[in-house]
Amino acid sequence: MLKTKSKSLPLPSDDRRWQLVNATMRRHGYEADALIEVLHSVQSAFGYLDRDAIQFVARSLRVPLSRAYGVATFYEHFTMKPKGAHTCVVCMGTACYIKGTPAILNGIETSLSIHEGETTADSKVSLLSARCLGACGMAPAAVFDGEMVGKLSTEDAVARVERWTTE
Amino acid sequence: MISEELQRIGSTTQDEEDRFEHQILVCKGTACISAHSEQVEDALKAELEHQGLHTQCRVKGVGCPGLCAAATLITVQPEGRLYKEVQPEDAAEIVASIKSKAVQRLSIPTNVPFFQRQRKLVLENSGVVDPEEINDYVARGGYNSLISALTEMSPAEVITEITKSGLRGRGGAGYLTGLKWSTVSKAGGAHKYVICNADEGDPGAFMDRSVMESDPHRIIEGMTIAAFAVGADQGYIYVRAEYPLAVKRLQAAIRQAGKLGVLGNSIAGTTFSFNIEVRLGAGAFVCGEETALMASIEGKRGTPRPRPPYPAEHGLWGYPTLLNNVETFANIPVIIREGSEAFAQIGTEKSKGTKVFALTGCVNNSGLIEVPMGITLREIIYDIGGGIPNDRPFKALQTGGPSGGCIPKEYLDTPIDYESLMQLGSIMGSGGMIVMDDTSCMVDVAKYFMKFSMLESCGKCIPCRVGTTQMHNLLDKISQGRATLDDLALLEELCEMVKRTSLCGLGQSAPNPVLSTLRFFRDEYLMHVVEKVCPAGVCKIHHEEVTHS
Repeated sequence: MLKTKSKSLPLPSDDRRWQLVNATMRRHGYEADALIEVLHSVQSAFGYLDRDAIQFVARSLRVPLSRAYGVATFYEHFTMKPKGAHTCVVCMGTACYIKGTPAILNGIETSLSIHEGETTADSKVSLLSARCLGACGMAPAAVFDGEMVGKLSTEDAVARVERWTTE
Repeated sequence: MISEELQRIGSTTQDEEDRFEHQILVCKGTACISAHSEQVEDALKAELEHQGLHTQCRVKGVGCPGLCAAATLITVQPEGRLYKEVQPEDAAEIVASIKSKAVQRLSIPTNVPFFQRQRKLVLENSGVVDPEEINDYVARGGYNSLISALTEMSPAEVITEITKSGLRGRGGAGYLTGLKWSTVSKAGGAHKYVICNADEGDPGAFMDRSVMESDPHRIIEGMTIAAFAVGADQGYIYVRAEYPLAVKRLQAAIRQAGKLGVLGNSIAGTTFSFNIEVRLGAGAFVCGEETALMASIEGKRGTPRPRPPYPAEHGLWGYPTLLNNVETFANIPVIIREGSEAFAQIGTEKSKGTKVFALTGCVNNSGLIEVPMGITLREIIYDIGGGIPNDRPFKALQTGGPSGGCIPKEYLDTPIDYESLMQLGSIMGSGGMIVMDDTSCMVDVAKYFMKFSMLESCGKCIPCRVGTTQMHNLLDKISQGRATLDDLALLEELCEMVKRTSLCGLGQSAPNPVLSTLRFFRDEYLMHVVEKVCPAGVCKIHHEEVTHS
């Protein structure tokens, strides 16, 4: 493929995380194909994608803003809302489902008074569900701040998130 | 010469291993890491030092031995002692017993059907090699198949071998791999691509994750042989973002392979060059469909397009593209090494070789298994799986995820292959197998999968976008006891319509869980509709609304 040399646009701010994003774009030669890779790097640096970030990425890769926005909203993994300080992801894969994750999710929802996909008002905890974490041998499973916990009980799950809220 | 280099690495690695009388292999797959296997590894190392045995025994991180429900798993070699549910506190006792008898309370017998009835080809290195160490893979004959393909065979001969082996695509549809390779090799184009589909989206399936985490070099070797056969110069592995460990290990493996000279420019001193990049998915199930997957690699929304033209002729960026699943590529080094005849002796007449399944749900030994094609479902569930916890009655086996179906107990003695599962209204799929006992409600299961398909429909074609929503609403109505027999008839009509008219596999197969449960568990639907009762006690029937209608 012919790679055209492109120069980086001025970064949106002097936040050093933009340099990480820019490094990803540079590695891909500012090619439009790298849109998803770049959005991944924005999300891992900032935790979510906001309007400014999407605009900056779209301009840098020279793709229409509509396409960048379309991609950012199409994929489940990308989020436009900032996450809480802690994140709990409950697996809703088939093995976890028949072994009781709906009850676990319910228990956490009741305890935090939020629904799946929401963040508590004090921005402490975000509650998410996943289609399948691929840890079916350990079902029912959930991820607490990046740590996978298998053979989970509702009591244990609720206790873990409540510990976060009282920090 | 690279083959001598490989031999040298192999013997040095082996010599290094032989310096130790014993080895403790600690599983470092996702399930075991979640059960703190890394702490177990550290504790064992510290304990070996402490007891002064570190010159006689070493600790090695390995991939998944398969019995994930018993995490953390460790193996002591050469005795072959397997320990389950090991905690860091157990390290002292395990190390102290190395030269004497095994620790009884942690032992799992290995002469049981779970291990004896399996036949490992794809998983031959899982739980044996260190996935982060290329030398370990080379010491077990790794990359020899690639070198012999490159130096002793022509691309056409490689394709003939794969065709003769009878290997079929392990992603689910079962298309003949040799035929696909041959089509791509005949297509003209300045570039060709090889893509490994590692977007394992079926809920209840983790075969590909485990292979990537346990033996990443096998996939690279398989892809490189494929690239040589079809004439491709660039490869992509499209992995789910939900599998961070698999991504990390693949990226490390690609770097190591490049350094060794078995990947990159002028591989093994020949004129053949091939590079591989990892591309991350972003949580869209539809990207498992090949045309959607390619759109996603191109940085676009993952929506499918009509076929033809097929990717073999018009694929990534318009160039001929070979797309195979992780497990398909993982079979290639074995076929080249053992020969197509030996491979074709395993399995049934039309389905050759083995299949890896993720056996989960209500079954005693849940985990990853590899069995020869043609084994019966009963053998899998009751012999390998050890039956159902608390001896509850078996109700159904779900295979193929949201594209598959539920198989009832009358068909437990069916030998499994692509055709037999299809006849039962299910599919082989990528290999998820979820055992359900009498506490599962089939209407609820059908609703669960329809909700999945509804949420994952990309929205491009109307039958799938609107049809899955309508079917989900009807199933919801049935599960709440608010449906009539007319609703049931409408549901069946919709199933047929969505199946016939959807653009891609997601929509075409979305009705399968409903159709198969209607076929085998119609009574259960009727109980919900007519008698307003959920026999399994799962669905919450709204009785007060019944009196109104």
